[in-house]
Amino acid sequence: MANELNKEAIKELLYKMADDQLILGHRNSEWTGFGPLLEEDIAFSSMAQDKIGHSLALYTLLQDLGEQDPDTVAFTRNANQFRNCIFVELPNGEYDFSLIRHFLYDTAEAIRFEMLSSSTFTPLAQVATKIRGELRYHTMHANTWIKQLGSATEESINRLQKSLEFSIPYALGIFEPSPFQDTLKSEGVFEGEEVLQQKWKNRIVEVLGETNLTVPKWNTVVPQFGGREGKHSEHLQLLLEEMSEVFRSDPSAEW
Amino acid sequence: MPATTLSVDKIYKLLEEVKDPEIPVLSLVDLGVITHIDIGDKVKIEMTPTFVGCPAIDYMKNDIITTLGKHDIDAEVEVNFRKPWSSDNISEKGKAAIKKFGLAPPPNSKLFTDLEILENAQCPRCNTTNTEIRNPFGPTLCRAIYYCNTCKEAFEQFKPI
Repeated sequence: MANELNKEAIKELLYKMADDQLILGHRNSEWTGFGPLLEEDIAFSSMAQDKIGHSLALYTLLQDLGEQDPDTVAFTRNANQFRNCIFVELPNGEYDFSLIRHFLYDTAEAIRFEMLSSSTFTPLAQVATKIRGELRYHTMHANTWIKQLGSATEESINRLQKSLEFSIPYALGIFEPSPFQDTLKSEGVFEGEEVLQQKWKNRIVEVLGETNLTVPKWNTVVPQFGGREGKHSEHLQLLLEEMSEVFRSDPSAEW
Repeated sequence: MPATTLSVDKIYKLLEEVKDPEIPVLSLVDLGVITHIDIGDKVKIEMTPTFVGCPAIDYMKNDIITTLGKHDIDAEVEVNFRKPWSSDNISEKGKAAIKKFGLAPPPNSKLFTDLEILENAQCPRCNTTNTEIRNPFGPTLCRAIYYCNTCKEAFEQFKPI
């Protein structure tokens, strides 16, 4: 039961997940009208809608724990109050970077929700069970393109490899250690970032093994931490200003 | 209508009038999104979205209240994830309605472990499985896009989930 579990620990977990979903959902939506082909335009737009929906479900759980309503939380906080990892706020860049980020992030996210579907915090377990099913389409989409473009032409392989090497330090930032990890683990809410990271590495290596892409040497990578503590790149504040522009123009508007 | 003359069956029957706004031949009951009905001082209905980010959920919720209101029934609707929706919750009648509407109904979601099961959906027009998936994402969250090699035309499938 929630009232017996450590609420602060659960809130920290929910905020970072919800913020990741909202920010990456916004980035995905920036592909609407710009996809390299119509199918990808639709895919990224559709995944954007899923992710923003996932953020709403998670912000609603936070509201049930006493936090402010989802719109206020999503649209009125400053960058330093967001707990998303830096990886999701980086600009879309070229399609190769967006695709690599989609693959690395969504693989982690799919495993995180799989793990949470047996959480002792029942409301989260229920939402996770639902989201897990939807994410199969996201990871399937990512894997299909990574396998195809990761073994296609010299250009596609080189571009993906370059983006992969750029992205890995940021991807490791997804698993930034949490001050609450022992509590979450002992209370059975969440097994923790380390377990998640290991499972993620195994799955990433498995998919990359079917391509001509080279798996990074993990021990030489320095993870880009900070996002989970509210320390972000300069890109987040700009994104938030654009995302909340309409909301801020009339916060009391009825839609 | 006084609550004492109501029954859960009667409410289900009335809810057949409420249709999926994106597939207007399919009732919410056949779609399988109504997860619980309780009759007390008020009629309490629990429902769950097909997809978490489904933008039609508030519309459906209000539609339930309005429709029951027309029968003088005061209803309250709660959206939750207590019984998460799966495409397997769509009734046989619902699947037939989806097909008639021109969409391929979802195959059993338990068979769906990777992309392969999604490769060859049955064309809702000519019934061939000589089809190919073009995009696991479509015009709404719950649809995928296919191409039928026999009809030489695209069609959409209600996704298994």
